[in-house]
Amino acid sequence: MAAAAALRSGSRAAGRLIRVCHTRSYSSVRFLKSKYVYAFDKSAFFNHQHRLFRTSAISNGQIVQFKLSDIGEGITEVTVKEWYVKEGDSVSQFDSICEVQSDKASVTITSRYDGIIRKLYYNLDEIAYVGKPLVDIETDVLKDVAPEEDVVETPAVSHEEHTHQEIKGHKTLATPAVRRLAMENNIKLSEVVGTGKDNRILKEDILNYLAKQTGAILPPSPKSEIIPPLPKLETAPAARKDKAHTIPVPISKPIVFTGKDKIEPITGFHKAMVKTMSAALKIPHFGYCDEIELNQLVQLREELKPLAQACGVKLSFMPFFIKAASLALLHYPVLNTSVDENCQNITYKASHNIGIAMDTEQGLIVPNVKSVQVRSVFEIASELNRLQSLGSSGQLGTIDLTGGTFTLSNIGTIGGTYAKPVILPPEVAIGALGKIQVLPRFNGKGEIFKAQIMNVSWSADHRIIDGATMARFSNLWKSYLENPASMLLDLR
Amino acid sequence: MKNMVIRASLRNWFQLFYVHKFPAAGFRTTADGAIILQSVSNDIYQNLAVEDWIHDNMNLENRQVLFLWRNSPTVVIGRHQNPWQECNLKMMRQKNIKLARRRSGGGTVYHDLGNINLTFFTSKRKYERMENLKLVVKALKCLRPQLDVHATDRCDLLLNRNFKISGTAAKLGRTAYHHCTLLCSADRFLLSSVLKSPYKGIKSNATPSVPASVKNLFEEDPTLTCQIVMDAIAAEYAICHQIDHRVTLINPTDETVFPGINNKTKELQSWEWIYGKTPKFSISTCFNMVYKHSFLEVKVDMDIKHGRIEVCNINLPEEWLPPALCGELEKNLIGSKFCPSEMTALASALLRSCPQDYEVHRRWNLLCENMTTTLM
Repeated sequence: MAAAAALRSGSRAAGRLIRVCHTRSYSSVRFLKSKYVYAFDKSAFFNHQHRLFRTSAISNGQIVQFKLSDIGEGITEVTVKEWYVKEGDSVSQFDSICEVQSDKASVTITSRYDGIIRKLYYNLDEIAYVGKPLVDIETDVLKDVAPEEDVVETPAVSHEEHTHQEIKGHKTLATPAVRRLAMENNIKLSEVVGTGKDNRILKEDILNYLAKQTGAILPPSPKSEIIPPLPKLETAPAARKDKAHTIPVPISKPIVFTGKDKIEPITGFHKAMVKTMSAALKIPHFGYCDEIELNQLVQLREELKPLAQACGVKLSFMPFFIKAASLALLHYPVLNTSVDENCQNITYKASHNIGIAMDTEQGLIVPNVKSVQVRSVFEIASELNRLQSLGSSGQLGTIDLTGGTFTLSNIGTIGGTYAKPVILPPEVAIGALGKIQVLPRFNGKGEIFKAQIMNVSWSADHRIIDGATMARFSNLWKSYLENPASMLLDLR
Repeated sequence: MKNMVIRASLRNWFQLFYVHKFPAAGFRTTADGAIILQSVSNDIYQNLAVEDWIHDNMNLENRQVLFLWRNSPTVVIGRHQNPWQECNLKMMRQKNIKLARRRSGGGTVYHDLGNINLTFFTSKRKYERMENLKLVVKALKCLRPQLDVHATDRCDLLLNRNFKISGTAAKLGRTAYHHCTLLCSADRFLLSSVLKSPYKGIKSNATPSVPASVKNLFEEDPTLTCQIVMDAIAAEYAICHQIDHRVTLINPTDETVFPGINNKTKELQSWEWIYGKTPKFSISTCFNMVYKHSFLEVKVDMDIKHGRIEVCNINLPEEWLPPALCGELEKNLIGSKFCPSEMTALASALLRSCPQDYEVHRRWNLLCENMTTTLM
């Protein structure tokens, strides 16, 4: 079967040569070697062809049956639980091949050879027997390679197939990934000192070799690092004084890049968010921002915090922001509405279900406090506590996550001042609250005082909300918060 | 001060055993010896990471290690098990009981601070589970000679011939380790309720657990505490290996002693490891929903691979939900994690881009709530 493969992969020109040789013997290693040497004698003549010839010769490598070794404790059979490789994968010595289980013991089987997996003898959950073949691995035949046959100079050679090389009589061991790294950086493996088992060349060795060349220490992380050229101007001026004024030429250093792009499908919640945000894009947004001075609120909260704590409720600023929003919505109900698909009907929602953006493991989810218009600040705080604890343990239900009519996003807890929030359909407005900063402001008497300033950024659906409405709503909301006592007058 | 001294010497001691970090020439060979370690942490992931670290980094050709550890309430499933088959995930979420998947095979166990974990590290040649268990039995008998404890050929330890007090599992790779539990004063009632799965209709080739009646050593002899039992086992191990009876305390978050261990801990905590490593399984079940004084039967068929939904079919009564909407839910569930918070967040987000119909929303929410409660 290996010979047939060689026939297929060989080129037409070389084909005749291969066919002639193959008819004689299919499995003799010695024969392959002599065939190879023959090709080299006529290297000038077969220059183009010999590479292809080599390729075909390589795929005629030795198939080794890797048997399941003794596990100990007299165990004769195990169940194959997980495969780490599939047919066609290349493996190196010590790479994990599969996980088997026997009587409460889980065993990781590692490869004894370098090569390509050609056959898996068992499917998942099948019983495998000790001493019987587990996988077939195609390993390379060790051959003499002429000095030019370095990894650098024969890019036509498939890297996966070459794991052993004889260079100047010195065998260099390296995995295909390491060889690719060497090739990308034009390094001869023969010049690198290997520090792995049996003087195997590891990735760290290539990086160290490069570091010696560039004079910089390269971190072994797989991130791309661009090494700046060493500025030669840094040498002591005294040494340079009597030398001629030569402009130093920066040496360009090779860029070592060991990372790879990673592609992942967008699934689950993220996929649903893509849909939501695409729908939000259809809404013409306009923004309106302002700054609120919260000195009185800060003081009020300090006084009320212990009272709430005594009832087991953690009181933050959010309950005040939420209640103030609801009070303002009573005066500007158009901000608590929903429009249908074609913008033909507008629904004035009776209930103020104010959503709070929450950062969880899933991502940004928005649970809402239902019927804020009939709840006290304390009740809102208690409900927020409940939602936050459910959110952090991943136990929020659909009831809590749906039915919102207006949203507040307290991005300030993470940071930021002004934002441009995106409206969550089917709502028509959203507010983003920045962080509270202590800034100097002038009071009524023209004196400077320490003001607790928070910025708010509103976005609204311009098809049904106009700038004036948004501004007036924001002013009302702001007045409630800057002067909390005024909330008392309008409380329901 | 003393702590620093121990830590420095421990670091040096560990550095002798790095197989990959030091070139062969720099390897100093010392006298053979065994060592007893005890974790100061009760975090399951950190402690499992210690096992991983020792397995990957230590040279155990001429050395053996005994590792003693205890955890806060956790359910630990075996490498190839299915958590939905093995335990009540809903109850665990409510009671804040963690879930962990270990790297060794075997069945599911419940850990809390009343349960001792013992790990015996040896080279593959010296791997001998029965010998380790005999050591534990000997230690217990030394402590309380009247205790009726013996090891079965399934590598369990039984008290009074009937009650399981210890289960065993093992991992063989570069080196070998055998670990087992020992019930001293664990919450037996919580154990039996949390290890009972309420999820129906699961078809899977995952390793099943073998349920057994359990009992605590504490119930047999109230003077036996975890500390006393751990000391006795350490003493017996020290005698067996002819070393000082000295237990070295270790901190599983200390990168200077265990470089790279925090990465191992992070991997063990990841969703991809705990749930994603579940062998492929399918669910075929039906449940009833109560809606406006009537019962509705819902039939669900799903295939789950790597913890993510691969195939999803939801059969509802005719026209109860607009078919397009139901199809939308099925389509979006494919590729999503088989996890209630993911499904809830997904379903809620999908609702935003649907026509706003109160009735439809109510039904949608009911369906999702039922699905997450019944299946996940």
